[in-house]
Amino acid sequence: MSLLHIAIVSPLLYSIFIPIFYKNFHRIHTGWFVLPLPVLLLIYFLSFLTNITKQNTVIESMQWIPSLGINFTAKADGLGLLFALLITGIGALVVSYSIYYLAKDKEKLNTFYVYLLLFMGAMLGIVLSDNLVVMYAFWELTSFSSFLLIGFWYERDQSRYGAQKSMLITVFGGLSMLGGIILLYIMTGTFSITEIIHQSPVLFQHDLFVPALICVLLGAFTKSAQFPFYIWLPDAMEAPTPVSAYLHSATMVKAGIYLVARLTPVFGVSSVWFWLVAGVGMITLTWGSVFAIKQTDLKGILAFSTVSQLGMIMSLLGVGSAALHYDALDNNIFTVAVTAAIFHLINHATFKGSLFMVAGIIDHETGTRDIRKLGGLMHFMPITFTISLIGTFSMAGLPPFNGFLSKEMFFTAMVRVTQMDIFNLETVGVLFPIIAWVASIFTFLYSMMLFFKTFTGKHQPEKLEKKPHEAPLGMLIPPVILVSLVIIFGLFPNLLSESLISPAMASILPSLLGAGEEFVVHISFWHGFTIEVFMTLGVILLGIILYKTLPKWIKAYGIMPKKFSLFHLYDRLMEGSQSVSYKVTNKYMTGSIHSYLVYIFAFFILILLLTLYWKEAFRLDSSNVSSIGIYECVLALFVVVSSISILFVKSRMTSIILLGAVGYTVSLYYVLFRAPDLALTQLVIETISVALFLVCFYHLPKFHRYETRMRFKITNALVSVGVGLVVTAIALSAHSQKLFHSISKYYVENTYEEAAGKNMVNVILVDFRGFDTLFEITVLAIASLGIYGMIKLRIYRRKDG
Amino acid sequence: MEILMAFVIGILFMTATYLMLSKSLLRIIIGTGLLSHGAHLLILTMGGLKRGTVPLLGEHAEHYTDPLPQALILTAIVISFGVTAFFLVLAYRSYQELGTDNVEDMKGSEQND
Repeated sequence: MSLLHIAIVSPLLYSIFIPIFYKNFHRIHTGWFVLPLPVLLLIYFLSFLTNITKQNTVIESMQWIPSLGINFTAKADGLGLLFALLITGIGALVVSYSIYYLAKDKEKLNTFYVYLLLFMGAMLGIVLSDNLVVMYAFWELTSFSSFLLIGFWYERDQSRYGAQKSMLITVFGGLSMLGGIILLYIMTGTFSITEIIHQSPVLFQHDLFVPALICVLLGAFTKSAQFPFYIWLPDAMEAPTPVSAYLHSATMVKAGIYLVARLTPVFGVSSVWFWLVAGVGMITLTWGSVFAIKQTDLKGILAFSTVSQLGMIMSLLGVGSAALHYDALDNNIFTVAVTAAIFHLINHATFKGSLFMVAGIIDHETGTRDIRKLGGLMHFMPITFTISLIGTFSMAGLPPFNGFLSKEMFFTAMVRVTQMDIFNLETVGVLFPIIAWVASIFTFLYSMMLFFKTFTGKHQPEKLEKKPHEAPLGMLIPPVILVSLVIIFGLFPNLLSESLISPAMASILPSLLGAGEEFVVHISFWHGFTIEVFMTLGVILLGIILYKTLPKWIKAYGIMPKKFSLFHLYDRLMEGSQSVSYKVTNKYMTGSIHSYLVYIFAFFILILLLTLYWKEAFRLDSSNVSSIGIYECVLALFVVVSSISILFVKSRMTSIILLGAVGYTVSLYYVLFRAPDLALTQLVIETISVALFLVCFYHLPKFHRYETRMRFKITNALVSVGVGLVVTAIALSAHSQKLFHSISKYYVENTYEEAAGKNMVNVILVDFRGFDTLFEITVLAIASLGIYGMIKLRIYRRKDG
Repeated sequence: MEILMAFVIGILFMTATYLMLSKSLLRIIIGTGLLSHGAHLLILTMGGLKRGTVPLLGEHAEHYTDPLPQALILTAIVISFGVTAFFLVLAYRSYQELGTDNVEDMKGSEQND
C-alpha cells in the first residue's frame, strides 16, 4: 500500500471519524474538521505536477483479488491528475462554502460530511484507478453517495423523488458499463486499462467490439447526463446547494467525460464511437441550451446549462477521436478538439462551481431562487453581483474570461470538422459548426437571462421573504477564489497548457505521440480575423436581439405539450412498468390451487411431448412383451371401468367404494404378476385406507346435502387426457428400448448365500437395502405423530363454528 | 401384456388428474390415491411382467420375477399410505375448522392470511 493508495481511500477512512467529531465538539461546525483533508490532498496531488509534465506516470499496485486479475492499481497520469486536482480543489472550496451555508444547529452535519467524504473518495478512486473493476466499484459508490446527498433533506417528497430517479438512471448506466467491462475482459483477458490500450490495435476487428463500446458509452452518458438520460440532473437540484455545486457541476457529472476520454485510445478509431459521442454530445448541447431558457428557477437554469456544457465537452471528445486517423503530429489540426475539451472541462468547473455558489447565496439571503421574484439585487449584493458577472459572462463565452477562449477553440474544432475526409464528413460535416453556433446563441441567451434578471431591473421587495443583504464573508470566499481562477485562466491560459492540458492530451491520444514527444499547446486570445471571431460576433449580436425580444417568443415553448417531454415519459415508464407487472402477477397468481395445478400439468405435458418429438424418442417394440391372459384382461376392464366411473358418480360414498375396488383389483394384479408380499400389503392397506375415508367423511353432518356430480370442464378434460397420454407414451417408449440388463441377478444368486433368507423381496427390504426401510418407518412415525397432533392440538378455534 | 398395462396406467393417471383438478377436497384425495396406484403399477410393469416364478428361493425355479421393483413398490405403498392418512385427517380437520371442503373457498382472506 503506497501513499497514493492512502490518498485515494483517506476520505473514506476519515469519514469514520466525522460522527465522533460531531458528537464531541458540538460547538464547532463539523466542516472545519473536514476542510484540512481536501486541502492536504490538493497539495499532495500538486506535488505530482513536475513528474507529470515530464510524462512520467506514477503506477502503484496493490493486490486485491489476484486470482481474478483484480488488483487495486492506482495510476496517476495527466488525465487522472487533472481530475484529482479538480476533485480536491473544488472539494476544499465546497466544504468551506458549506460551513457557512449549512447551519450547525439545524442540519444533520455528521451525515452530510460523511456522505460528502464518501463521494470524494469514490471520485478519486474512479479517476486514479487503472483496473476497470476497481473503477466500477468506485463508480457505483459515487452513485450511492450522490443518492444519499440528493436525498439529504429526506422529509421532502421532491428530494426523495430526485434521489430515486438519479439512482435508477445512473445505476442502470453503471450496470451496462459493467457489461462493457466484462466484454473488454473477454476480448483482452485483462482488466488493466493500460494493457487494454496496448492491445487496442487488434481489438478493432473483434466481434464484441461494438457491443462493448455501446455498453461503456451507456454508462458514460447516464452519468454525464447526456441526451436522453439528462432528466435526472434537473431533479437532483433538490440537494443542498454545495452538493449541486460539487457533484452536479464539477465532479460527478464529469465522471462520464472522464470515462470517454480514458477509453478514447481503445474505442476512438471506430466510426460508431465518433458518431455516438460527437452526435449525442451535439444533441445534448443544443437541447440543454434551448430548454434552459424555459426555466424560472436559478438552479434549474444552471442544471440545464450543465447538461448543455457537458454535451459540448462530449462532442469535442468525439470530434477529437477523429484525430487518431491522421498521423502527422506536426500538422494534425484536429487535436485542437481534445485541447478544447480539456480546457473547457477546467473552465466549466470554475465558473459553474461559482455560479452554483452564487445561486446558493441568493437563495440564502433572499429566500427564493425564482427569477420571476428576483431583480434589482445589484445594489444589495455588490460582491455577489461581481462574481456572477464574471461567471455568467465566462459561461456565455465573452472576453476576457476563460470561457471565451474555450468557446473560440470549440468553434475552431467544429470548423475543422468540415475539412475531415472520413466517415462521410465531407458532406455532413458542415452541420457541426452550424449546430455549435446555434447552441452558442442559446448559451449566450440563458447566461444573460441568469445575470440580468437577477441583478438588474426592478427590485420587488414584496415578493421576497427576507430583506436582501450581502452574504457573510466566509460564504463569499470560495466563489471569489473560483472566479479569480476564471480571470487568471482567461488572461494567462498558458499556465495550464504546459502543466495540465498537454499531459492530459497525452493520456487521451497516446498513439499520436512518438517517444519523447509531447503535445504543444498554445492558447492565445487573438488569432487575427478568422472565422471564429465572426462566429462569436454573430453569437453576441443575435443573442442580444433575441434577449430583447424574449417576451415575444418565449411562448413558443408552450407549443410542445407536456405529455411528450422526456420527464413525463420517464414518469409514465415508471408507473407503466409498475402497473404492468402488478397486472401480470395478479393475472396468473390467482390464489386457486386449481389453476396452479393446470399450469403444472400443462407444462408437464408440453415439455415431455416436445422432448419425445424432438429427440424422436417414441418407439413401440412388441418383441419383448409377455403374453396376455384372460384374467389380466378382465382385471384391466375392472380397473378402467371403476376408475372412470368415479368421475361420474354423484355420491362420495360410491366414489370411495370405487376407489377401494380399484385398490383390490390392483392387489389381484400383484397376485397375477407373482408378487405375494405386495398383494398382502396392498390388501391390508387398501382396507385401512377405505376405512379411514369412511371415518373421515361419512360421519360429517350435512355433508350429503351438497353432493353433486362433478361439473364437466373442457380444460380439465384436455389436461387429464393429455397427462394420461403422455404417461402411456413414455411407458411404451421406455419399455421398448431397454438399454441394459437388470442387476437383479445378483440378488437372486446371493439372497441365501450372503443374507441367509429365501424371500428375496424381504431380504432386499431389510438387508440389501435396509436404509430405505428405516426411513419409511420414520415416515410412518412422523405421519402418525402428525395425525395425533392435528386431532389433539386445538389452540385456535373459530368462534362462529 | 406390458402394452395393455401401459394403457391401463394411462387411464389411471388420466382419471387421477381429472379428480385432482376438481374443487372438492375429498375428490382430490381420491385422485392422489388413484395416482399412487398408477405409479405402483407403472414400476411393476417397467420391471417386466411374468418373467418367472414368485421370488422365493424355495420354489427352485429356473427364473424368478425381478424382486427389486417389488421391494421398491412395497416401500412406496407404505409411504403413500402414510401421506394419504395424514392428508385425510388434514382434510377432516380443515372441514371441521373451515366448514367447507371446497378448495376454491380456502383462499386466504386478508384477515387470516
